[in-house]
Amino acid sequence: MKQLLILSGKGGTGKTTVASAFIKLSQARAYADCDVDAPNLHLVMQNLPVLDRTDYYGLPKAQIYTDQCIECDLCRQHCRFEAIHVNGTYQVDPFACEGCGVCAAVCPVRAIELKPATAGELMLYGDDRSVFSTAQLKMGSGTSGLLVTEVKKRLMAAAPSAELAIIDGSPGIGCPVIASISGVDLVLIVAEPSLSGISDLDRIVLTAAKFQTPVAVCINKADTNEGNAALIESFCEERGIPFTGRIPFDPMAVQAINTGRTIVDLDCPAGDAVREVFSKTLIQLGKGKSLTILSKKE
Amino acid sequence: MKIAVLSGKGGTGKTLVSVNLAAAIAPSVYLDCDVEEPNGHLFFRPKSIQREAVTVKIPAVDETKCNACRTCVEFCKFHALAMVGTRWMLFDDICHSCGGCTLLCPQQALHEVEKSIGEIQTGTSEGVTVRTGWLDPGQSSGVPIIRKLFAAESPLDQPMIVDCPPGSACIVMDSIRDADYCILVAEPTLFGLHNLKMVHELVRLFQKPHGVILNKCIEGDNPSKDYCLEQGITILESIPFDKTIGRLNSNGRILARELPQYHEMFTRLHQKIREVAGYETAADSER
Ligand code: SF4
Ligand code: SF4
Repeated sequence: MKQLLILSGKGGTGKTTVASAFIKLSQARAYADCDVDAPNLHLVMQNLPVLDRTDYYGLPKAQIYTDQCIECDLCRQHCRFEAIHVNGTYQVDPFACEGCGVCAAVCPVRAIELKPATAGELMLYGDDRSVFSTAQLKMGSGTSGLLVTEVKKRLMAAAPSAELAIIDGSPGIGCPVIASISGVDLVLIVAEPSLSGISDLDRIVLTAAKFQTPVAVCINKADTNEGNAALIESFCEERGIPFTGRIPFDPMAVQAINTGRTIVDLDCPAGDAVREVFSKTLIQLGKGKSLTILSKKE
Repeated sequence: MKIAVLSGKGGTGKTLVSVNLAAAIAPSVYLDCDVEEPNGHLFFRPKSIQREAVTVKIPAVDETKCNACRTCVEFCKFHALAMVGTRWMLFDDICHSCGGCTLLCPQQALHEVEKSIGEIQTGTSEGVTVRTGWLDPGQSSGVPIIRKLFAAESPLDQPMIVDCPPGSACIVMDSIRDADYCILVAEPTLFGLHNLKMVHELVRLFQKPHGVILNKCIEGDNPSKDYCLEQGITILESIPFDKTIGRLNSNGRILARELPQYHEMFTRLHQKIREVAGYETAADSER
């Protein structure tokens, strides 16, 4: 299976718009949303029946049994995350607790236990053709990297024979992104022609390079700043990064999203452009190995 | 007064709002907590920048003392430690710096060393103190950088604008914990609404006074606006979708410094927030 991950450094660049168009165009049998903090893909890909919903347990959190606590203060002194507060009794702030277990280990009277806590929900949608794996992290649960890994695992397990998996990534360069990069064959970066977009692009390229994952770049809303779009193209050329095309700003894109459709469901300039980006991306993805999807004309 | 600017996702105009607000009400402090992709400095182009490394503590072994008892490996909840044969190994990328392994090692074979994960840059730009946190690519958590950003001395009497990371994860919580007011920036799309709902849940959870700025408003449906009306959330401002804004913004220019009407809009915004937050009565308690 080939895995294509779509990233943008920042949200709002149209990453999900591109991902949903790609899923339509490839008739991908396997796709996932790894933006577990703010998943959006299901909003445009909502026609599949639910196969499975599972509670996700992240790392356990500490709990203090106040009736046993002798107020020695050791747990508070040793907690590096400032998660233990004294408010009449000793209490754990569940948002700050990272579940490291130091407090339980130092407590002389065993008044602290690590208790499993639900950190979110994993959802698997599908029918006999396609599988869609996604998740939603609960507010304030800090284990998004682990949840991303879980979303991908469930996708691979549910669609082992799929030729191509399309993964909508998360914003930033931190733990969820690192977790989503692991094992993918190509990262397509959706860049925006702004100074911010260029800076974000640079940091995503550096991050992917750290994990030795090949990248390709396309520009969304390219005509909103031609000068910056040209800068991005030359940035790619200098670094030998394959460039897969420009997608124009298109008010129809907003309309498509607001009606739960993808830009290739409508006849619009952005839709045409994304078709070309798609075929060029597939060529990069297929380099070395043949993808039958390459020869299929959509 | 600390004002945090949030959005469910990036790209909604969070940086636009926080940069312009800080610029319009200068002297002020602008804190860029979007440490994974900080952008505010591209607008402010701050001068006389001072750098400060941010480090975390990770364990290191003294091999002559370690007898491979595995106490540390079994303790580490994050699986950051391994014993390969009798060789002690650390995967420093996933270490949470809890200090447990060092504390519990019966041989006292472990000690802690500093590892750099990024830096903080402080500079000034026409009356705005610009503090930016940078996470090094490949490092997983920016939370220690955010803590350090907040811990720095700031002029007490100056308002502080906090440009938060996108989303609603742990890292965002750290940036709003001591905010006096939260501005939620929302786009007029279904995605925008979905993201708005999530940050709205977050500010309610923390019981923070809050209001919404509707950005990139165009003719037609605005699901985010409908939600605000339905939920009775204060709409602080509606910013139209405007090619001029887009162009200035994508070139890293600050609207409030170039167009009087935006200077006025953001000054008015600040005034409004002070009123609704009842700020006159609440003294700036800490830091
Ligand atoms: S400091 Fe904590 S997280 Fe890091 S290796 Fe030691 S036990 Fe694991
Ligand atoms: S606890 Fe100490 S002695 Fe035991 S394996 Fe770890 S470092 Fe070695």
